[in-house]
Amino acid sequence: MTDTKPASRDAIHPLWLRLTHWINALAVLIMVTSGWRIYNASPLFDFRFADDLTLGGWLAGAIQWHFAAMWLLAANGVVYLLLNVVSGRLWHKFLPLSPRAIFADLVAALHGRLSHADPRHYNSVQRAAYLFVVLDILLLVLSGLVLWKSVQFPLLRVLLGGYETARYLHFFAMAALVSFVAVHLVMAALVPRTLLAMIRGR
Amino acid sequence: MRRSLSHHDRDTIAEEVMGGLEAPTRRLFLTRTLSLGGLALLTGCDLTDSQGVETALQRISSFNDGVQAWLFDPDRLAPTYPESMITRPFPFNAYYGEDRVPQVDGESFRLEFSGLVADKHAWSLAELDSLPQTDQVTRHICVEGWSAIGKWGGVPFSLFLRRVGADLTAKYVGFKCADDYYTSIDMPTALHPQTLLALTYDGQRLPPRYGFPMKLRMPTKLGYKNPKHIQAIFVTNNYPGGYWEDQGYNWFGGS
Repeated sequence: MTDTKPASRDAIHPLWLRLTHWINALAVLIMVTSGWRIYNASPLFDFRFADDLTLGGWLAGAIQWHFAAMWLLAANGVVYLLLNVVSGRLWHKFLPLSPRAIFADLVAALHGRLSHADPRHYNSVQRAAYLFVVLDILLLVLSGLVLWKSVQFPLLRVLLGGYETARYLHFFAMAALVSFVAVHLVMAALVPRTLLAMIRGR
Repeated sequence: MRRSLSHHDRDTIAEEVMGGLEAPTRRLFLTRTLSLGGLALLTGCDLTDSQGVETALQRISSFNDGVQAWLFDPDRLAPTYPESMITRPFPFNAYYGEDRVPQVDGESFRLEFSGLVADKHAWSLAELDSLPQTDQVTRHICVEGWSAIGKWGGVPFSLFLRRVGADLTAKYVGFKCADDYYTSIDMPTALHPQTLLALTYDGQRLPPRYGFPMKLRMPTKLGYKNPKHIQAIFVTNNYPGGYWEDQGYNWFGGS
């Protein structure tokens, strides 16, 4: 199942992928930390985020950051998806993918038996996780559009259950994204080669 | 039916409002921003140059004004709701506490008009009442994120602007209020069919807490763009800003 190309000096991750990855990381960091400050202005649940973890200093500042970084997130996301489709990487790297394979790899990973011998090859858990986070960010963008412009995007508003429902969707999609990042960081720490590959390509 | 605003929310609003009042020290927003060390490392730009960051963010905010004006469809209506969905009690919200709501005398009240308008006579409340009225049940969305549904009645603002012979090609309509609040809106939103010079709330004369004697009600804009206790309206091509907008809130503030 591994990639048949020789593990030569070729880049594991092409430059465009590394760039879009790190730009996305920055955009997500700004969006999440400023978003927490915005959440604090009118919390949906009985808790707030510690102000020290938030960006913007007060509501107006947080909104300025949020509505600036949204362009970075969206533009970078479009470039990432376009290059993935055009290069065929989307199909090579992420397919095939079956629930059975995800489950098998997950069990193997939990027993410490999942190989990372070839970083070119994503195991099924990785495939599922990376596809999930792409779709999750897409949901964040769409629910964010309903919150920002609920009158101007009536179809989207209705599809997402209305303004108030979109607030909860936006929150839970954020929570899912942050959970992904937490696991992602742990995995990168456990297998540092993957971090190096995402920085220098090899 | 959505829940009514809890005490917790109100405290939050009050806190944010107080935060806003202290905001002359708005630069605190950047000093605190800088505490997020990781970000400073990642952005590669010098975040200690807080003036530069602030200018850049303000520019993007102005760019977003343009995007919102472009997205704004003058014929697209905000959703309306049955009266059974009205939020009760509808939350009080201002940059001050409810004990400081201005008490305007309806008898002596006159609405002043200035700027690019042909008819500059001051309007009494009785004169305003005699204009054609309509009402609507719409969602008020606050910049903080919460929303509440209310019923406002009054004069379609476009009708009023035409009545006073306003220059409808002008860029801005500005408002000065009895509570020292001020704000301004774009002409396309001023002419939107759901933009009301609201004189009633839920079928009753607009009470002081909701903006007596009148509020500009726009379901296409966030709450802070909807001025209460309006005393003077002016039409202009010079950007008038606003109370919150001058402190960093987005000017267009559309939804």
